[in-house]
Amino acid sequence: MKWLLLGIVIVSAVLGDLLQSREMKIAGQNSGRMPGAVKVLRLIFERRYLLLAIVSMAVSFFAFLALVQTEPISFAVPASAGSFVIETLLAKLWLKESLSGRRTLGTLVVLAGILLVAR
Amino acid sequence: MIPAAARMLPSGVARVYRLIVLVTVLKPLSNLFLAWGMQRMPNMVSEHPLYLIQALFEPLVVIGVLMQIGWLLLRMSLLSVADLSYVLPVTAAGYVLSTFLGRTVLHEQVSVSRWVGAILISAGAALVVSTPRITSEPPRTAQ
Repeated sequence: MKWLLLGIVIVSAVLGDLLQSREMKIAGQNSGRMPGAVKVLRLIFERRYLLLAIVSMAVSFFAFLALVQTEPISFAVPASAGSFVIETLLAKLWLKESLSGRRTLGTLVVLAGILLVAR
Repeated sequence: MIPAAARMLPSGVARVYRLIVLVTVLKPLSNLFLAWGMQRMPNMVSEHPLYLIQALFEPLVVIGVLMQIGWLLLRMSLLSVADLSYVLPVTAAGYVLSTFLGRTVLHEQVSVSRWVGAILISAGAALVVSTPRITSEPPRTAQ
């Protein structure tokens, strides 16, 4: 049950984050400035992929809620950060973000930290 | 070429960094309230997922949920001016705070390897924060 919940947390978080990033970049480009909380709320109802991102985040949230009931937070939080690696790779491949040497090194150091904390 | 979203006045840049700090701190605090609230509930969720709905009436869980909503909106705003591959490691510094809060507030056992891991996460986040915030233009296909 523990690993199933963790899997749901990770997969739905990856989907939610990628869609959020894609849609918010488009919104930022269109308005030319960083949107405030009210504008973000309006965008959620205007852009269907953003709404899908929120649904994915909600699934991830409920799975996380179930996870922290039985597992310590010092395990659940870092272990669920496994989504981090998948998201970074997909950010490069799908969102065409540039991963410089320093950013890649920093990401790998964070990954090493996550693996240590989750073990 | 510098992406349009990266061209910003100094006041805008300061706002972005304030937002990064807020997003980083808000998440572990909300996780703390969620874990605290869930641990006060009877352990029934593994038997039936519908017990999760009941958890939404636990006051500490409600505080955690409200903080999560605030975190989500602020992070979405941040994602409009920063790469996902930048936001993820930079805000990962919150994991250290989570570990610390788990130890001090919830009195969880935190091993030495977990502390070392938390320090590595911070070091990695510090490396990434020094890279350009945004490196890609948004996709052209608007909805």
